[in-house]
Amino acid sequence: MSAASTTPTRYQTVRRRRTAGRVAGRSGFYLLVSAFVVASLFPFYWIVITSLKTDNEISQGTKSLLPGHITWGNYANDFTKQDFVRPLINSVIVAGATTILTVIIASLAGYALARSRIRGKQLIQGFLLVAGFFPVIAMIGPLFIAYRRVGLLDSLPGLVIAYLIYTLPLATWFLAGFFGQIPRELEEAAIVDGATRLQALRKVIIPVAVPGIFTVAILGFILCWNDFLIAVSFMTTPSRYTAPLAIVGLGQSQYQTFFNLIDAAVVIVTLPIALIMLFAQRRIISGLTAGSFR
Amino acid sequence: MTARQEPATPAGPLETARPAAAPAIGGNGPRRPHSYSLLAQDRRFGYALVAPAVVALLAITAFPLIYNIWNSFHQVNYLFPATFGDFAGIANYKRLFTDNLFVPSLVRTLGFTAVSVAVELVIGLALALALNRPFRGRGIVRAAVLIPWAVPTVLSAQLWKSMFDPQSGFVNYVLAHLHLPLGHTTWLAGTWTAWGAILIADAWRNIPFMTLLLLAGLQVIPRDIYEAARIDGAGAWQTFRRLTLPLLKPALMVALIFRTLSSFLIFDVVYVMTGGGPGNSTQVLAYFNWQAMLQQYNYGYGAAVSVALMLMALIIAAVYVVAFRTEQVL
Repeated sequence: MSAASTTPTRYQTVRRRRTAGRVAGRSGFYLLVSAFVVASLFPFYWIVITSLKTDNEISQGTKSLLPGHITWGNYANDFTKQDFVRPLINSVIVAGATTILTVIIASLAGYALARSRIRGKQLIQGFLLVAGFFPVIAMIGPLFIAYRRVGLLDSLPGLVIAYLIYTLPLATWFLAGFFGQIPRELEEAAIVDGATRLQALRKVIIPVAVPGIFTVAILGFILCWNDFLIAVSFMTTPSRYTAPLAIVGLGQSQYQTFFNLIDAAVVIVTLPIALIMLFAQRRIISGLTAGSFR
Repeated sequence: MTARQEPATPAGPLETARPAAAPAIGGNGPRRPHSYSLLAQDRRFGYALVAPAVVALLAITAFPLIYNIWNSFHQVNYLFPATFGDFAGIANYKRLFTDNLFVPSLVRTLGFTAVSVAVELVIGLALALALNRPFRGRGIVRAAVLIPWAVPTVLSAQLWKSMFDPQSGFVNYVLAHLHLPLGHTTWLAGTWTAWGAILIADAWRNIPFMTLLLLAGLQVIPRDIYEAARIDGAGAWQTFRRLTLPLLKPALMVALIFRTLSSFLIFDVVYVMTGGGPGNSTQVLAYFNWQAMLQQYNYGYGAAVSVALMLMALIIAAVYVVAFRTEQVL
């Protein structure tokens, strides 16, 4: 080693050149990756600092990339004067109710699709797959007419029912796969011990399936929380708006748009989902990819 | 109900496929003298569990589908109550071709779809390949890159609207400071700049989704194949072209179908950022469809547009499936 360091062998020069190339490649790689990271995170930084600006700073235009006088006034304003609380609560209620409904309906159906020998199983599963791709915009018109007749327009229950379009196909499909992976012996043992099948499902299978159900619940909640199209089509009373719908009408004045007010609301609505995403990333990914790979 | 007609079938393939199920439940048999066969019992249980989901799905997806077709052949316009519900023949469909907004918005939508999917595919694939390599801090990078997907679409549109705002935004500030062109653009007021803004807003939110699906596809590919390729002296490009790409095909197909359809049906971003403007220059199909119904109250014409949209979505999906299938045979 010591001899080689004074007069490098040919092998070592080649090797050194190779490492130099590799270092360049590595740093290029890291440069690329950091560019992507900045591109995906910078907009968040921007809306956060915008949400902390005063109306004056907004009117004066951008002067720097750093935050100016930090004010929490926009958040306070959103919560008090703009009455953004009501839409937030509505969003939580609707997304929560849809999630619960989805979990119940999809667990039952998913279990049956995985375990019982019903006819038309393939038909149902095929329909689930296709229904997941149905354009929601094409459902709006017929549902609007039907809702108008039965008085579900502009109501939160109407939204919950319509949101099942987003959640139910995916959830049922995913849970059918998930239940299919749970060993049969579990419920058989329960049945041998004298449990009915429903009891076996409730007391033995469901507890084992909690991770899968949790995945479905998170995904379902996100999908409902993110909806705009259905809410903007069916809801007309501002006090029944969901949060995304309320944001669109926020901060508009005759002369300018107050992005500080809007961005504060954007931060409020995005934050819970971003946190869920960070903590449950693995589950969400498994749910999404299971939906797409059979 | 139908199960009762053939109570003797639990033999054969069903039994061999699931050998464990029958004997265990069979232990329950003697206690239930009234039950028909085990199979019938199992089926009744299954139907009961599936029923709520099937009923709900029929109500919220199948019914609108059929009702749409019915509406598209009728006058369903709340502004004209006298003719509401009258048979319209193919008038609504005819109007699609005479309407001087439908065909242009179809062309725009197809153009946007092609460009946005291409951009998202290239960047998403590059990102997925990068994130599939082991490196320090990969977990954090992966989370960071995926996080835009957590932002609801409308909000990502709001976010980019605020980034592109000429006054309090970020884009113009940086462009002007670096003395680059477009530093004084009112982005959403010009046709092409508005499309640029829409494209960026859409891509920013959806590239993570593309990356996610492709990354999942990459992780399924066994490592030792690459090992073998390297020993055989394959270069990086060759490995990518001959190994990664073919093996990634199923994931590519799914990601492309998902993204193409949702690009084709883009609504939220256009609604928030431009409202179809300036003029009608960013009018897209879904927004056109929505306006026909929710703003012009013409649910018959809207239904015709919806049916056309669904057919086109179906064709897009079919083209992908066929394209990827034939290539796999070769």
